[in-house]
Amino acid sequence: MTSATLAPDRPAAARRSARGGRLTRASGLGLGIAMLWFSLLVLIPLTAVVVTASEGGWSGFWDAVTNEQTAAAIRLTVGTAFGVTLVNVVMGTLIAWVLVRDRFFGKRLLEILIDIPFALPTIVAGLVLLSLYGPESPLGVDIHNTRIAVFLAFLFVTLPFVVRTVQPVLAELDPEVEEAAASLGASRFTTFRRIILPSLTPAIAAGAALSFARGVSEYGSLVLLSGNLPMRTEVTSVRILSSIENDNLDSAAAVAAVLLAISFAVIVVLDVIQRRVVRRG
Amino acid sequence: MSIEISHVSKRFGSFVALDDVSVSIPTGQLTALLGPSGGGKSTLLRIIAGLERADTGRVRIEGVDATDLPPRKRNVGFVFQHYAAFKHMSVRRNVAFGLEIRHRPKAEIRERVDELLRLVHLEQFGDRLPAQLSGGQRQRMALARALAVEPTVLLLDEPFGALDAKVRKELRDWLRRLHDEVHVTTVFVTHDQEEALEVADEIVVVNEGRVEQIGTPDELYDTPANDFVMRFLGPVTQLGDRLVRPHDLVIGTGDAEPGAVTGRVTRVTRIGFEIRVEVTTEDQVVVVTLTRTRFRALDVREGSTVHVALAPEVVAETVEAA
Repeated sequence: MTSATLAPDRPAAARRSARGGRLTRASGLGLGIAMLWFSLLVLIPLTAVVVTASEGGWSGFWDAVTNEQTAAAIRLTVGTAFGVTLVNVVMGTLIAWVLVRDRFFGKRLLEILIDIPFALPTIVAGLVLLSLYGPESPLGVDIHNTRIAVFLAFLFVTLPFVVRTVQPVLAELDPEVEEAAASLGASRFTTFRRIILPSLTPAIAAGAALSFARGVSEYGSLVLLSGNLPMRTEVTSVRILSSIENDNLDSAAAVAAVLLAISFAVIVVLDVIQRRVVRRG
Repeated sequence: MSIEISHVSKRFGSFVALDDVSVSIPTGQLTALLGPSGGGKSTLLRIIAGLERADTGRVRIEGVDATDLPPRKRNVGFVFQHYAAFKHMSVRRNVAFGLEIRHRPKAEIRERVDELLRLVHLEQFGDRLPAQLSGGQRQRMALARALAVEPTVLLLDEPFGALDAKVRKELRDWLRRLHDEVHVTTVFVTHDQEEALEVADEIVVVNEGRVEQIGTPDELYDTPANDFVMRFLGPVTQLGDRLVRPHDLVIGTGDAEPGAVTGRVTRVTRIGFEIRVEVTTEDQVVVVTLTRTRFRALDVREGSTVHVALAPEVVAETVEAA
């Protein structure tokens, strides 16, 4: 092929060695504190929920979960959270794109406004939504007591997640990489699909996971507007609360355990998808 | 002529990057755009690639008017200073990118990528990610990626600027040899005059948005068009009102020849094989460089009185100092 020769190639960096090596005292202490903290706040309460859920035995658990009204609430909550997450993946990426790549009047203001759903107490958000889209809507749009209300409330509170995870990654992308793709013959669309999107996917997946989890757990923003009608607009968090109020702790724990399992599954699935897309390029 | 640039101007706000530049770049040669930073050479390269639009003027590539073509339709290979690697793709996938989006058959792509990886000496690194390569390796990958689509012209923007001196020199030699084999019309931007003199067939000196001179390395070095080119391409010193190269001067200790300047040796520095002698005359300091052997034969030391004159064989080649 070629007579051109170079000095022998050296590996870019020595492999990190001793991965499973012993911890130093400081890092051991750090790990201990982290685990203790994590256990107190997360592991022990979660275990308690699962234990409570299993107290009535498998049949008790199954009865609680397949109860018509509970099943309807789970379907509505999970289904809506999925839908909202999907919308957020598209819209959040788009908003992040606009915020990073475009210059327009009012950009700084929009930057701040994006975070409002984060900062606002959810019940205040609920109040805002009720006054805008409730029976006395100044816009003439009344979605009070409908499933659209649930969808809208989810959308409102989950808006910032994808935007905020994608934005910094997008800002860090090297414009020269896109120029390189263009000079190799790639169209804008191909460059987006093959170069930009794979770089954004981990961020989009992280935002989607947060958005889904937040949707599933939402209570305050929808409780006023949705009307909490059994079988129609009642979500799981409301259902759990009413179970507890009726002194049916086992049933509440069973629903909670199901939500826990679903959220965990979604996070795992998103991680798998994310790895796939990144590798495929 | 492979690339013809005629009357190209480009402003960024009030900054004039290029001011009515016209250059023709010959087919199959290695041409350097040489000049100081901010002089407009990178802008010119990016205009050829279509990554920047000229405010006025035309660009023709292989006879085709490319002025209004987007970069992807120009069939130009571009290599960036900071590699612009596709970080999530293996070295192989990086090199194959241009072929994959052209939907070439898989077998053909595999063969071509293998060939290119051999050409850039990365055949064992095909499955690595760019992050696992050294800077020099990454730049060679970028070069293979640009060559994969068989571009009509290959453009390199300070390709070795981010590398350390030793690797830079290796890659420079290697690029020269690679070009002797591949023969694709190549334009590279550099601010390093040594790099340009060593590698290029032809050099275009660009400064403050204008072309100062075009010529072979010998022409530029020996007969610079002006003061700027003379200063930029190598060491200079002043003898009377003339700008000359320190190694074109001779020192004499006997009778003064006509045109010679007399002064006292005020400093002698040795840099490797070269001796630098500073001679202070009535109104200036003249720097003369000579080899160790010649210096010894002269028997001159600090404080000696000497005459400095232009070596007879170069008298015709100097320019008036501005």
